[in-house]
Amino acid sequence: MTETPKLTLDFKGLLCPMPVVKIAQAIKQVQVGELIEAIATDPGVMADIPAWARSTGHELVTLEKQDKIFKFVVKRLK
Amino acid sequence: MFEKKEKLTLVVLSGDLDKVMASYIIASGAAAAGMEVVMFFTFWGLKAIQRDGVFTGKGLFGRMLGVMNRGGLNAIGPSRLNMGGMGRWMFKLMMKQKGVTQLPELRQAAIDLGVKLMPCQMSMDVMEINCDHLIPETTEPVGVATMLEHAKESSIQFFI
Repeated sequence: MTETPKLTLDFKGLLCPMPVVKIAQAIKQVQVGELIEAIATDPGVMADIPAWARSTGHELVTLEKQDKIFKFVVKRLK
Repeated sequence: MFEKKEKLTLVVLSGDLDKVMASYIIASGAAAAGMEVVMFFTFWGLKAIQRDGVFTGKGLFGRMLGVMNRGGLNAIGPSRLNMGGMGRWMFKLMMKQKGVTQLPELRQAAIDLGVKLMPCQMSMDVMEINCDHLIPETTEPVGVATMLEHAKESSIQFFI
């Protein structure tokens, strides 16, 4: 990935529904085309962040598990 | 004719901690996903939008109800195993230990994401609850026709 994220967020310790709530609030703070990177510890984000991206129409660029940390990057599309 | 929108209508009849929690989680999740969300609070559900530490009721029965059936997010207990408040204390502690977002913060998140909170006029009349007993973020009290109008154009409707 060559683009650098505009925002880097820490969702460690947050449980459902807060990762989704926080990412929804954060996406309004960046411009269309910009990226947000976030880390979380809730395994629920593996299913919920892709679902959130599908229903809002934003792009899930990456989502990966590193040890017990879940790291994802989303791109504002509209 | 109504066209269905990306919209969720929730009817919250229950005033129990667990069910109110589920309601606010669903509402904030839907709002986060870009849906328009309307929550209609009726009967026991009014407790979920009552101010904390306020006693409701005008007449004898109304005031008795207000004392025995305290509203507000800090007063409500789980639907099972409350055991005179012990269950509430235990669940709150367990949720805190796991880092689950507490009810007041959850409701605030829903409000910040634009969720509309509508109290039911008829329940307010029966239970002698007035607008001053409710949190200021609620809309004016409404009736069943208003709720149905929202439900009709919603792609999802829940009754909790």
